[in-house]
Amino acid sequence: MRKPTLTFLALLFGMAHVIGQNPELQSSIQRGSEIYADFCVTCHLPNGEGVPFAFPPLAKSDYLLKNRTASIKGVKYGNEGEMIVNGITYNSAMAPMGLDDEEIADVMNFILNSWGNSSNDPVTIEEVRAVTKE
Amino acid sequence: MKNSIVYLYLFVVTLNYSCAQDAENKANTPSDIPFSEELLVDGLQIPWAMAFLPDNSMLITEKSGSLIHFKNGEKTTVANVPQVYARGQGGLMDIMLHPDYQNNGWIYITYASEEGNEKGGHTALMRAKLKDNSLYDNELLYKAGPNTTKGQHFGSRIAFDNEGYLYFSIGERGARDENPQDITQDGGKIYRLKDDGSIPDDNPFIGNENAKTAIYSYGHRNPQGLVKHPETGAIWDHEHGPRGGDEINIIEKGANYGWPIITYGINYSGTPITDKTEMEGMEQPIHYWVPSIAPSGMAFVTTDKYKGWKGSLLVGSLSFQYLERLTLDGTKVTNREKLLENMGRVRDVRQGPDGLIYVSIEGKGIFKLIPKS
Repeated sequence: MRKPTLTFLALLFGMAHVIGQNPELQSSIQRGSEIYADFCVTCHLPNGEGVPFAFPPLAKSDYLLKNRTASIKGVKYGNEGEMIVNGITYNSAMAPMGLDDEEIADVMNFILNSWGNSSNDPVTIEEVRAVTKE
Repeated sequence: MKNSIVYLYLFVVTLNYSCAQDAENKANTPSDIPFSEELLVDGLQIPWAMAFLPDNSMLITEKSGSLIHFKNGEKTTVANVPQVYARGQGGLMDIMLHPDYQNNGWIYITYASEEGNEKGGHTALMRAKLKDNSLYDNELLYKAGPNTTKGQHFGSRIAFDNEGYLYFSIGERGARDENPQDITQDGGKIYRLKDDGSIPDDNPFIGNENAKTAIYSYGHRNPQGLVKHPETGAIWDHEHGPRGGDEINIIEKGANYGWPIITYGINYSGTPITDKTEMEGMEQPIHYWVPSIAPSGMAFVTTDKYKGWKGSLLVGSLSFQYLERLTLDGTKVTNREKLLENMGRVRDVRQGPDGLIYVSIEGKGIFKLIPKS
């Protein structure tokens, strides 16, 4: 009994995910994938798995999914200091990449909808613009 | 039948020994470390490069765009530094003193610059003098073009040879199928200039139609290590490969180093780039790294300060976050050692005028390696 229920739930979530996608988000994700391949992939790797103790994972990252604004801020202004991601403490600095607000929204949407991550709440340019350094 | 199996075995063994290098190569962690490290300059973000002034002070470039003068334990920001295009891997990058700095005062700097009409940026080389913590007599010597908004592969290390020629590198700016094999395009090249930025009469592509005549060698991906060999005087580079296939090369006039026609690496996604690792008319590296260490900064050890180190080559690893020491027999790498493990991304390594080794680590600062007596 347990297995069919799980399958059903997975199907339901999968469908909700597909229905939730809008064309605007789709093209933002597409642009974001190019930004990712240009600016992020060398450290966070093609499947967002990162490198344990060196570069935090983005795939199924509890930090990313629970700290959306802090994550946007990290991409926009860079990250310094300790950060705990999926139980591992990271302490390497990430420099700001020099991306504009639209590029940040795009790459966030790509990351939030890849490698098992999913979000029905797209990151917008306005949201990125509202994130300030302090 | 039995004999043929023996012959086959011998054949395979011989084949193995004739290979230049094992495909997968390992770095060892040494048990006896001839130094202890001391944090000399703290509070730095991405200290991209360092240069040592005759008064024992130090110039440090921060990728974000500031030039720092470290003197008597104090950091001062140098004024009148060129505006940088801080995007992706670009920013304020290498710094190098003229070999005759004592007499002429020239300091050479590479940086990502927006100069030009197109959107984006590309690598530039300038020189200037320093007085009262400000640059003056700034001269732009080379600006690659056209600009692009790509974030990758600015290259930009500087070296001087024994004849006083200046070499610097520019990576292929994320246009691997357009730039590295085309001598009419900037990027994916090592350049050679006179110290005033003019082009030497005997540069290899003078006379080639539309060629960028500053080019000295081509077919490079992203060289971020460039040094003169202390004994032979040859210019050595190392360069980032894609996934696997970082290389050390000895730079020859007019030579083609093969990217992306030949490589020991594959795409980040795991798909192949080419099935060729060698081809006639293209140079082989003297060493390649699989997996990639993401090499940055390069220095030969020429002193006896650290036991057993003289003649070896130091290279920073960004991806694995350590300092690598390669033991050399001529041009052959015979051993690899990991030093300063798990301290952060090693961006630059230099031997100071005092014969000691200085290492810059991202998010930390500049470390001085104090020899154990």
